[in-house]
Parts: sequence; C-alpha cells; structure tokens
Amino acid sequence: MTPADKYLAKSSDIAARVLGDETIIMSSIDSTLFSLNATATVIWQAADGKTPLARIIKNVCEEFDVAPERAWKDAEELIEKLVEHGILLVSDHPIQQ
Amino acid sequence: MVGYGVPMETASTKSIEMVIEIGGIPIAMQTTDPTFIAILKKRYGDYVNAVTNPEFTFAVDLVPPDTFHSDADAEVWLSNGEWRLERGDFRASWNPESRQGTIRQSSNPYSFDSVLRIVHTLLLARTGGFLLHASSGVRNGKAFLFSGLSEAGKTTMARLAPPDVALLTDEASYVRKVGDEYLAYGTPFAGELGEPGKNISAPIAALYLLAKSAENRIEPIETSMALRRIMRNILFFAHDKELVQLVFESACAFVTKVPVFQLSFFPDQRVWELIG
Repeated sequence: MTPADKYLAKSSDIAARVLGDETIIMSSIDSTLFSLNATATVIWQAADGKTPLARIIKNVCEEFDVAPERAWKDAEELIEKLVEHGILLVSDHPIQQ
Repeated sequence: MVGYGVPMETASTKSIEMVIEIGGIPIAMQTTDPTFIAILKKRYGDYVNAVTNPEFTFAVDLVPPDTFHSDADAEVWLSNGEWRLERGDFRASWNPESRQGTIRQSSNPYSFDSVLRIVHTLLLARTGGFLLHASSGVRNGKAFLFSGLSEAGKTTMARLAPPDVALLTDEASYVRKVGDEYLAYGTPFAGELGEPGKNISAPIAALYLLAKSAENRIEPIETSMALRRIMRNILFFAHDKELVQLVFESACAFVTKVPVFQLSFFPDQRVWELIG
C-alpha cells in the first residue's frame, strides 16, 4: 500500500469534541484522551472512509501553507499513533461505516 | 398447605426499609437487621427521607464478615440488562428496568456507601451529570467546586471554609444538569473530614482546579485543558462503552458552560477571600 492509496475512518469506540483549536478524542475502550492540534484536526475530520489520504494532505498543505513532504511525514506519524490506540482505522480501500 | 396460627413472617425476618435521597434521587434499601438500619441512619443523617417514594430499591443481604476474602478493586459491568457491581467486600446487582437490586455484604456501612456511589454514577451518566473528586460549598446562593487528585487540597479547602459557606462535601461533588444549568448537591460521601455535607443544592458558579502554592492566585484555563483535568477526576467505574462516551459528552458540555479556573493557593483562610 502506498501512502497515496490510504483511506482513513474513525473508530466507533471513541467520543470526540472540538474545543477551540483542538480536538479532544477519548477512547471508550480504555478512556485514554488524545489532543489534536488544528492541522491534525483537519485530518481527523476528513477521516470519513471515502476521502483518499492524498487529497486530505493536499487540503492540509493549502490550508496551512505546509510543504507536502513535511505534511506527509507529520500525517504518517499521527496516523500511526491513532491506529496504534485503535481510534483510527486505515485501509487501502474505502472503508464502509 | 397453610398452617394454622403460624405467622408467615417472624419479627427477626421482617424486612425494614429506609430511603436515602442524594441529588434528589431517592433510593430505598431493605434489610432484616435493625442494627444495620441504625448504623446507616446515623451515617446518612439528613439524607434519610422518610416520606418520599423510592425510585429504586435494593435488598441488602448481610453475610458474615469472612464471606468474601478478596481485596479486588471495584468492577462494574452490564450483563443481560442488569448491572453487576463487585468488589472485594461486596457483590451487587441492579436492574434499571425493574428498579430492583440486591447487595450482599457484611454489616458495615462502607460497602453499602460504595455501592451507593457507583449506582449514582450510573444514574448520573445518562442525565448529563457526574460525581467529581472535588470538595464543594455554597456561598451567597452559588456553588463552588474545588477539584484535584489526592493531596491537591480538597479537604483543606473545606476545612478553611468560613462560617458563611455551607459545605456540600469534602470528597465527591454531585453534579446534575437541570435544564440549562448545572447544580451541585450536598452528599454524605465524606473524605478526610469525616462529616456529611449539607443536604442542599445550588447552581454551580465555578469549578477551581487546585494546586498548592506560596500565594493565592486564580488563573483562567483553556477549555481543552479543563476537560482533560476534569476527566481525570470524574468518578466512573463501569466498563461500558456507551456510558463512557456519555460521561465524556457530559464533561465536554460542562466545561463549555461552567467557568473553570486554576486556583493556586496557600493553605490558610485568605484563599476564601477570592471565592464568591
């Protein structure tokens, strides 16, 4: 799977709320809390299972004036962490929810 | 066959009922042991309500002190529509549909008190409220909450309260959403102070997150930080995805409605000059 082929979806085992510039996500499995900054919030909100990651990153670059290489690196790190805690799903196909 | 002249209930097996109303929710307990009733009446004092119809009833089955041996922490889970509550010192179940429950424990008030706390956390979770590790008091008709982990100063704030403050609790604050506002209720759930709070309620004016310091200072705190700190201090025991999500939603709604501050304080009475 190349990064451009990835699709993201939020787990159903979470609760999330945008507060100011941050998104606070709670895993309802273990009550762990995660805080996403404004950039990460854009990725999180776009994680609908249908939008390819490449398009999400493109939007981030345009909205925050970030270089694509940097945006990809940061996104990969974020996705890895969220997947590890079971609050984000990732697939090389669109995800039905 | 019914025997002639034989009472169906003897004095020793007759069930006695007592209603304990906390946060406006009356819960009855039934036992055959008048001594245990007397212990609870003394402990719950003003929270014993002799006239209200209970919303829920628990039959307490008193067992010998050595029946349970485990020091296990509380476990709470839903099984076939019935809540199961277990800890080293008790086994309880509660069916929200039938509004009936049972508690097996020895004749001590602490186990019963813990079951009561857990049941209230379950009831509050569905109505936008929660039990918070916080002391609280009412001044000039408004409630102020002081929250923090152990040693943060909850009981210290309660001890330092001037005479015009009615203490609601020094340990577990009872927060309910009523209409558009949040009310704090007194609770009998005491901490180090060892005294039940006053059985009154008032709209919550502010929540202070405690930090001991060399000086007294109130600082605003970002809503997201307030949420993270509150989530650490909400009392909730159930392993239940839906209710955990509801508690999170309740905490989010609370921090967006009620002002939350950091209160750095030096432990003497001057800190109360900043409150109210």
